[in-house]
Amino acid sequence: MRKLFALILALALALSMAACSGGASSTPTPAAKQSAAPSAAPQKLIKVGFAQVGHESDWRTASTKSVQAALSKEKGFDLRFVDCDNNSAKQLEAVRSFIQQQVDYIVIAPIVSTGWDTVLTEAQNAKIPVIVLDRTIDDSTKYVTWIGSEFTNEGLAAGAWLKDYAKAKNIKDLNVLVIKGTTGSSAEIGRTKGFEKIAKENGWKILDQQDGNFTQDGGQKVMESYLKSYKDKFNVVVCQNDNEAFGAQDAMKAAGVTYGVNGKVILISFDACKAALKQVLEGKINADFQCNPLQGEFLADAIKKLAAGEKVPAKTYMKEPWYVAEDILKSITYTNNAGQTVTEPLVKVTQAIADAAY
Amino acid sequence: MNRLRGVTKKALFLPLICLVLVLLLNMIKDPGFFSIAINNGVLYGRLIDILNRGSEIAILAVGQTLVVAASAGTDISVGSVMSLSACFCSVLLAGYGVNSTDTFRMPMLAGMLSGVFVGGVCGAVNGSLVSKLKIQPMIATLILFTAARAVGLLLCNNQITYLRYEPYKYLGNFIPGCPVPTPIFVAAAVISAAFLVLRKTSLGLYIQSVGINNRAARLLGINSARICFLCYVICGLCAGIAGIVASSRIYSADSNNIGLYYELDAILAVALGGNSLGGGKFNMAASVVGAYTIQAINTTLLALGISTDQAPVVKAIIVVVIVTIQSPVFRAWVLSRTGRNRKAIKEGAGA
Repeated sequence: MRKLFALILALALALSMAACSGGASSTPTPAAKQSAAPSAAPQKLIKVGFAQVGHESDWRTASTKSVQAALSKEKGFDLRFVDCDNNSAKQLEAVRSFIQQQVDYIVIAPIVSTGWDTVLTEAQNAKIPVIVLDRTIDDSTKYVTWIGSEFTNEGLAAGAWLKDYAKAKNIKDLNVLVIKGTTGSSAEIGRTKGFEKIAKENGWKILDQQDGNFTQDGGQKVMESYLKSYKDKFNVVVCQNDNEAFGAQDAMKAAGVTYGVNGKVILISFDACKAALKQVLEGKINADFQCNPLQGEFLADAIKKLAAGEKVPAKTYMKEPWYVAEDILKSITYTNNAGQTVTEPLVKVTQAIADAAY
Repeated sequence: MNRLRGVTKKALFLPLICLVLVLLLNMIKDPGFFSIAINNGVLYGRLIDILNRGSEIAILAVGQTLVVAASAGTDISVGSVMSLSACFCSVLLAGYGVNSTDTFRMPMLAGMLSGVFVGGVCGAVNGSLVSKLKIQPMIATLILFTAARAVGLLLCNNQITYLRYEPYKYLGNFIPGCPVPTPIFVAAAVISAAFLVLRKTSLGLYIQSVGINNRAARLLGINSARICFLCYVICGLCAGIAGIVASSRIYSADSNNIGLYYELDAILAVALGGNSLGGGKFNMAASVVGAYTIQAINTTLLALGISTDQAPVVKAIIVVVIVTIQSPVFRAWVLSRTGRNRKAIKEGAGA
């Protein structure tokens, strides 16, 4: 198995070498011909190595596709992509191989947040700038920039929306049940922190917060239990991702509790994948706060700036749309995690938006 | 008194007591735990939840008990096999690479049965490794423990395949007009089938003799290898059924999460039932009670509102208490204490 894997790797390496040296050599191989054909542009391609976490969710797949699309040959990039299968040893290996290949930029979507200093020092010595995507690196500062989502802002935005929505609908008492994500994950921590802050400021009652493990089954199980513990005592359910929201919907449906735009319970979700936006469109989820997986454009932009010798900020927070089912509110204003007061638009979901989602 | 002692000596007594103790924990917070009502046309209550949610573990426990008895080892692949059978079923029904569908490419029942069949095939693979090649059960099943879920992922093209077709939901939820959750029927069917086979045929006896002494059993004319193989196939079929039920609950094949860590619950169910993991004699009913005890603990933790970071610790404490109560050493100690008391009372009466 290992031998086979090594063989495949070696083959891939040989092919990619052939592909990039093809332009210069006098006897181009078929592979070189193929890759050279579309990029007739005279300028040199920017070589980028990308060590992606893996393919554990639709969100991750969307992220990979977005990066691959934004760093394509046509756009002047030569992307070397490694799917690290959620294996951090494999990821270190991938970064080292990028250094050996002398790529121009290394992009890492770290699987774990620590253990990076050695390899980042090696990259620094080789004068290859490193860009960190999505999750963070905590034990080293030897990278030029980080691009990703601010989960706390997602929680804050959800709270800010709920506050304005309750006011608009003249709902006095908010009794909230939260179905949390996997305990200890950065999305869970950030979304909980942000939402709790607003809940505290406004004196909402958070009745319970249990772990639904980011899965539909988990959401359903926790909701089934909530329905018995807090019968008729709650009017808001916050699910920390869409899958949990689907599970919670099934549990409420089975118990005859109505939810969504015309229901008794306000249902809030995060992630905003395609299936969930369809539910928002149908009014079965009131609001969905997206964690934007489309990092490609932001990444391409940062690399272009770096290549042109411009400065990039140390942290780039991606623009994240907030989706709602009704157009009662146009925008929300809140103090974000960086302490700035921001006003952000609310997007009413249409068929086109739902179709275009990941 | 003697009759009472006779009851307490039964193998089922302690597991049942433990189940009742766990349920009684809920009296502390909310006596409403035991209420069962009809809500929205279906049975509604915590006890129903336990029976419903415990179905998969109970079904797995049936297969696991046989495997443990016959091979003195555990099948740790059942969780992954659940995931694989769900994925296989959904890929047959929806087609490769389809993310969501409401029309099926083949009859639903055929797809579901194929999923169960794949479970059986996985069981057969495990069975041949253990019975023919004499590989230690944990190592033999470790292969599918790692591989089955990955194959499932490949089948589903690394995504969650949704089967949004109303009848597909029946198996894991409710059949319209029937107030009892369907998984309870499925579990009941599997359990009664197992009991019928064990009672009406000599298979149970054969399994015990193979488990106690495999060579002696062979000398007696029992084909030990075949019995052991058969147990693994049954275990695989059970995992397949559990996988389809789990998939029907969420009308999708979530290869990453279906059956995750269920192998541990299945093994724990066998142990909580007071069965020896060393093989040989077994009590199927006790394993099933063990399975529902695990679900009772899970439901109780949710009902008590114990925060999620503390829940595993509380669960561990409950399990330790149950296992202690069931351990022979503890039982001997209790008997000796009560024996001494009785003696003391007698002496007191004599004086």
